Amino acid sequence: MLSQILQLLVAGVSQGCVYALVALGFVLIYKATETVNFAQGDVMMLGAFFALTGSVILGWPYWATILFAVGVMAVVGMLTERLVLRPVLGHPAFTVVMITIGVGYVMRGVVTMVPGWGTETHQIPTPYVDDVWKVGGVIIPVQQLMVIAMTAALCAVLYLFFRFTRIGVAMQATSQNQLAAYYMGIPVRRVNMLIWGISAGVAAFAGILLAPATFVHSNMGFIGLKAFPAAVVGGFGSVPGSIVGGLIIGVVEALAGFYLPEGFKDVAAYAVVLVVLLVWPSGIFGETMAKKV
Amino acid sequence: MRFLFKTGYEQDVRLFKHGGQVFWYGVLAVVLLAAPWWAGDYVMTQLHFICIYSIVGFGLMMLVGFTGQISLGHAAFLAVGAYTEALMQAAGIPFVISISCAALFSAVAGLIVGLPALRLKGIYLAIATLAFNVIVEEILARWHSLTGGNEGMTVKPVRMFGYELTNDWQFYYLCLALTVLCGLACVNLLRSPTGRAFVAIRDSEISASCLGVNLAKYKTMSFAISAALTGIAGALYAHKIAFISPEQFTLFQSIELITIVILGGIGFLHGAVLGAAFVIVLPQLISIAKGWLPEGVAPTGLQAVVFGVILILFIIFEPLGLYGRWLKVRTWFELFPFYRRGMFRRQKSYMKSERLR
Repeated sequence: MLSQILQLLVAGVSQGCVYALVALGFVLIYKATETVNFAQGDVMMLGAFFALTGSVILGWPYWATILFAVGVMAVVGMLTERLVLRPVLGHPAFTVVMITIGVGYVMRGVVTMVPGWGTETHQIPTPYVDDVWKVGGVIIPVQQLMVIAMTAALCAVLYLFFRFTRIGVAMQATSQNQLAAYYMGIPVRRVNMLIWGISAGVAAFAGILLAPATFVHSNMGFIGLKAFPAAVVGGFGSVPGSIVGGLIIGVVEALAGFYLPEGFKDVAAYAVVLVVLLVWPSGIFGETMAKKV
Repeated sequence: MRFLFKTGYEQDVRLFKHGGQVFWYGVLAVVLLAAPWWAGDYVMTQLHFICIYSIVGFGLMMLVGFTGQISLGHAAFLAVGAYTEALMQAAGIPFVISISCAALFSAVAGLIVGLPALRLKGIYLAIATLAFNVIVEEILARWHSLTGGNEGMTVKPVRMFGYELTNDWQFYYLCLALTVLCGLACVNLLRSPTGRAFVAIRDSEISASCLGVNLAKYKTMSFAISAALTGIAGALYAHKIAFISPEQFTLFQSIELITIVILGGIGFLHGAVLGAAFVIVLPQLISIAKGWLPEGVAPTGLQAVVFGVILILFIIFEPLGLYGRWLKVRTWFELFPFYRRGMFRRQKSYMKSERLR
């Protein structure tokens, strides 16, 4: 009984890590530019396809594939910001949301039209596919532990980056107050572009981590719709909140999938988000500021 | 150029502002009423869909365009309307009652969604409506005894006053009449204090509440009205498709519905109709364009790409949508040598923060 719960928890946490990484991408962009990037899931999908290109089509080793996919997606992210998002700076938030939805459509469509990618389901070989750990009756796939470990490592790297590097601090300043940052001599637009790059890179990383679990196909980006509740539960605009939110959603989903009747697993994330929003209208870690009139 | 001289107060609330409008709307009415004579089967089907989507467009325009609230869950209201209609027609309830019930039940669903809208803003509201949509879809798929689950259910043709509307043209007139009625209702609502309150909320919640607009009441009301219109459209949709299943009412349907108002032009009722026509005609154009693709490129994703690109280009280059483009063209002709490029430009080029409100 206990071992079963432990297994479910590990599975939930590892799934939650993927949600958390996608949610992290949402939150980074939202904090910096107040844009909600609905294409984040599709960015993740595109990243997974670049990883596929690296590992299967070009035959590179796993680590090189990761670097390649993350690098390419960072460039794609920056280009998206420059070409699509910057012209609509200052439009109402909802218009900008629609434009990111458009970006998502384009990415999903383009992937199905590229020869070699197409509409089929692909698999990326990983070095630790079928290994399992047995710790006293508990059977844990190594792959799930790897997902958790790699997510933790990435979070640590991001934390150090934002805390100690010059550009990281500049990004924090930009996300707190754009105008003030601008007055301090921070090139706000370039910083925003970099943040889009980082966010897309993180999404690509999430895509690679997710690939062994769901395979690579053009609709894998729909997991972004699960990452939304994760970001909202944590409070949009809070980086630690997005991680916590992702883990909550992942664990709740795993438990609901096992203990509740069929069908509850798919709506669990949304039920959680509705309940959380009823109690905390801006998420658990959300910042509440009021305008002084 | 036409100059309108205000000589009485009733001029402000008149439906048609001048004779030109009467003439052009008259021409439009004649063309549409004569449609069964000039249109083939194929065009008639498209006209049905344009009418249905226009009604959804009106509903969304009231909510998104005039009250400034966000909804990514309108497919759920469409579903409530469609299933209500399907079940009631199956039970042999007359059309007039069943479509009223479809509107009513959708409005109740809208009230339920509208309640959190009082506390939620911007993206949180979008997510809440999105979650609502997913949950409704799942309920429809799981409530097997009522909805037939994923196998879906067939819908009988409309039965009114003892007649069955089996012909295309009969159903067309029904759709057209309902579209015109809904449009007139929206126009009237926008001229009333309620409509003014909606617009006030859209422009600034703080100013609106300072002027005595009850935010809670009007936001919920806007959700309910929008949902009711969508429910009516849902009922017609069910009859048109004649077969409904939960996968027709997904989040992607919601997004498609939202694009109606974005492409048509946010904040104009005309935009709802133009947007609906555009969204219906676009896939037909794309399927024609598929023949021009080079060899070896799979055409599966073409629709998504074109749709996405059009959405992006519209928002970047024509944020006022199709109706905005028409306004610009008309103004150019009216002012002929004096049109300036900046006349419709947005004054703001900085970001309006949503965090501080």
